[in-house]
Amino acid sequence: MINAEPTTIKYVAKDFKSDQYVRWCPGCGDYAVLNSLQKVMADLGVPPHQTAVISGIGCSSRLPYYISGYGFHSIHGRGAAVATGVKVANPKLSVWQITGDGDCLAIGGNHFIHSVRRNVDINVLLFNNQIYGLTKGQYSPTTKKGFVTKSSPFGTVERPFRPVELTFGARGTFFARLLDVDLKNSQTSIMAAAQHKGTSVVECLVNCVIFNDGAHGYLAEKENRADRLIMLEHGKPMIFGKEMNKGLMLEGFNLKVVTIGKNGITDKDIMVHDATNEDSTLQLKLAMMEGPEMPIAMGVIRDVVEETYDYAVEKQIADVQAKSKIKTFDDLIATCEHWEM
Amino acid sequence: MDKNTINEMDNVVVRFSGDSGDGMQLTGTLFSNLSAILGNEISTFPDFPSEIRAPLGTLGGVSGFQVHLGSSKIYTPGDDADVLVAMNPAALKVNIKSIKKTGIIIFDTDSFEKSDLAKAELLTDNPFEELGVSDATQLIPVALSSLTQKSLEGFGFDNKTILRSKNMFSLGLICWLFNRPIDKAIHFLENKFGKKPDILHANIKVLTDGFNYGNNLHLTVSTFQVDKSHDTPKGNYTSISGNKAAAWGLIAASQKSGLELFLGSYPITPATDIMQELALRKDMGVKVVQAEDEIAGVTSALGASFAGSLAATTTSGPGLALKAEAIGLAVMAELPLVIIDVMRGGPSTGLPTKTEQTDLLQALYGRNGESPVVVMAASTPDNCFHFAYMASKIALEYMTPVILLTDAFIGNGTSLWKLPTLAEMPEINPPYASSEMTDYRVTTRNEATKVRYWSVPGTEGLGHRNGGLEKDYFTGTISTDPKNHEKMVETRMQKVNNVSQIIPELKVEGNENAELLVIGWGGTQGHLMTAVNSINKKGGKIALAHFNYINPLPKNAIEVIKSYKKVVVCELNSGQFATFLRSEVSGVEFLQYNKVQGQPFTAAELEEHFSKL
Repeated sequence: MINAEPTTIKYVAKDFKSDQYVRWCPGCGDYAVLNSLQKVMADLGVPPHQTAVISGIGCSSRLPYYISGYGFHSIHGRGAAVATGVKVANPKLSVWQITGDGDCLAIGGNHFIHSVRRNVDINVLLFNNQIYGLTKGQYSPTTKKGFVTKSSPFGTVERPFRPVELTFGARGTFFARLLDVDLKNSQTSIMAAAQHKGTSVVECLVNCVIFNDGAHGYLAEKENRADRLIMLEHGKPMIFGKEMNKGLMLEGFNLKVVTIGKNGITDKDIMVHDATNEDSTLQLKLAMMEGPEMPIAMGVIRDVVEETYDYAVEKQIADVQAKSKIKTFDDLIATCEHWEM
Repeated sequence: MDKNTINEMDNVVVRFSGDSGDGMQLTGTLFSNLSAILGNEISTFPDFPSEIRAPLGTLGGVSGFQVHLGSSKIYTPGDDADVLVAMNPAALKVNIKSIKKTGIIIFDTDSFEKSDLAKAELLTDNPFEELGVSDATQLIPVALSSLTQKSLEGFGFDNKTILRSKNMFSLGLICWLFNRPIDKAIHFLENKFGKKPDILHANIKVLTDGFNYGNNLHLTVSTFQVDKSHDTPKGNYTSISGNKAAAWGLIAASQKSGLELFLGSYPITPATDIMQELALRKDMGVKVVQAEDEIAGVTSALGASFAGSLAATTTSGPGLALKAEAIGLAVMAELPLVIIDVMRGGPSTGLPTKTEQTDLLQALYGRNGESPVVVMAASTPDNCFHFAYMASKIALEYMTPVILLTDAFIGNGTSLWKLPTLAEMPEINPPYASSEMTDYRVTTRNEATKVRYWSVPGTEGLGHRNGGLEKDYFTGTISTDPKNHEKMVETRMQKVNNVSQIIPELKVEGNENAELLVIGWGGTQGHLMTAVNSINKKGGKIALAHFNYINPLPKNAIEVIKSYKKVVVCELNSGQFATFLRSEVSGVEFLQYNKVQGQPFTAAELEEHFSKL
């Protein structure tokens, strides 16, 4: 969310492009997310100079160089903490944190869960390509078990993280998921993240064309995509499929896919998505769905309102200052028990 | 000695010692404050275990508080005690080596039972003989516990609450011993317990009974008189600990510069008090983030610095190690950042509550790459204020991280502090980029000082991308050009060296014709000064050069050092400053005097060593 003063200037994506040459590999999924981000920034209407983009280290963490306005490319894993400092110091800024699956969930895991727990008002774009790209192809905390990489020549023996579970475990208030090649959903999800007050986590499923090509191929394949994913929208029934005739219902504690028009099921039987429910149980179930039995959930999965950390910090200071007689440093000094010598 | 004898003393050392829960820190603080109000110079040092509440009566749980009072300038909390208050045998045993032979030991006879002696691992029934207490030492046995119980009879408190007040009985007794009127002590108690009238009333009662007990004591004991100090410059004073003074120095710099103060920090002994003090100061607009770890402490501060705040992080040795990479980023990004390291015994977890000067080389060199930072050190509890202020000023004006070294000794110790006003503090002028700089780049700098201009997010027309990758000197874009890298390394180094333009020259104190120059830095100043003065008073010829600025060194440092025949570098480590000086000053043989025991120097050991040189 942005507290910057509204502006009447209309921006276009180009206003958020820096003069730097973008250096990702040709075909990298990061290009698409960058374009979506610049488009959203323009639509938001926050001037570039009120925008701060913070990152750690990794391929995706180069992104701040490509956005005009203010950027800080910090050190590996610490982007969340740097972004926290930026936002607390100046809550008027629109603060974005760009991070990858290694930067965010391995070396930066601690900062990630704590910024989510505090609900600092920052927008986190977590580029998940399930691989270390910049160091040339080692497994990451989200790499599927058994996957062969340069550091797991016989397949990883590790169980991967799912970013949504960490986010919810840290009591996150916003989680969305997008696919690099799906520009429309990307923009919708990034825009929702920007408008959410608090830490907005957007898991961006991006393809690493060099070291993990096709990691998200199951979804990226255009002809079957509509059957394999479900676009969640708050207040809308959970319907998907090429013919938009499949839907989600509850069966006991579990979700199941039904076909509208079969077995007497009508669209009225289909569950309506509630992203604003504070109880994240069902949202987690949705986010954890896996193919081919279930569609993979995309879009805004959770979006609840909670006080933000930066606001609470400012408010506490304002409350104390309103009551305190100590206004200046000299007032403070005068509060010491002192004597003449 | 007759009962009514009064010993006039120039200075006196009192040590209060007991279990961690016996209230010795409070007793000592009250006694030192009321002595200061009566015009004495004071210096105090708490010495506590890292266990919060070790088993009662054991050696590991002994907590001490030493107070040094003087009628002339004093620089340290003193070496050996003239008076020891021992609340139990463990306290006696732990402190036995630091009592003067002709001193006085006041002890609680109620806590010297057989079982108490066993807890202190004493083997015989006579601890004084067993510990070799000199015949010249006066013993004053007082039944502190039972007298306190009697004093509070009828107050309706349970026994545990009653016994918590026995420290007030000992304070009353000490007030009598030092001819201190207790009305001032009562005034302090009123400030402390004003909101708990029951406790206040009980404490005043016990304090008064303790004082009267001394007055009516049937033993013959001489009392002490320490006159008002006339060496102290006139003014308004308070007593302040180094950690609080450091916190207030940052606040003063924030107010003077008009920048919001941001602290990112993580609790660590013995630095936590700075964070706690700043967390209290919402009235001054201070933003404190208690981060999830040391790294988030420094990186959140760096984020705040990028966003335009006066940003600081506070820590001790292990934390400084964790912050190293982020400090390197601050070097590379050329952002202002104040890092306060309250040094403790190391390596690793080491001696968390004890003092040492073993982080100097870590501060100077503990980062990857060519990574120069400004390193400075406070040397007394009260000047932690000045140096925290100066660290902020230098960081902001030179766009650089500054590491300020203090230590457990001056951080927890207190000294008199002449109250400053904001008006008398030097101006702070950060090198802001102006919107008129049409071609502003992240590397645009003042070519004379090499200081980069600071543009703060939110400012139109000055947007830029900063970061940890090497930048082109002219365009500010990422560059791996070999010559450019070398130029940037030199530029960052030159910038830090240029700080010597604004720091004061090194001052030498002591004998003008001295042949032996004692060199020290940081928190050892008091002990070194005391030893040097004492030798000169006895006709010796010796001088002291004490460093508060280490990187860069004061401009005249090399010249001063080279003008002495003999130079000895004294520090609480194995020779880290000596190593640094050898790399900066050629042709000088640096002798060393080192101590790595987790304890400060004593003036006596220094004097003995210097006399032999």
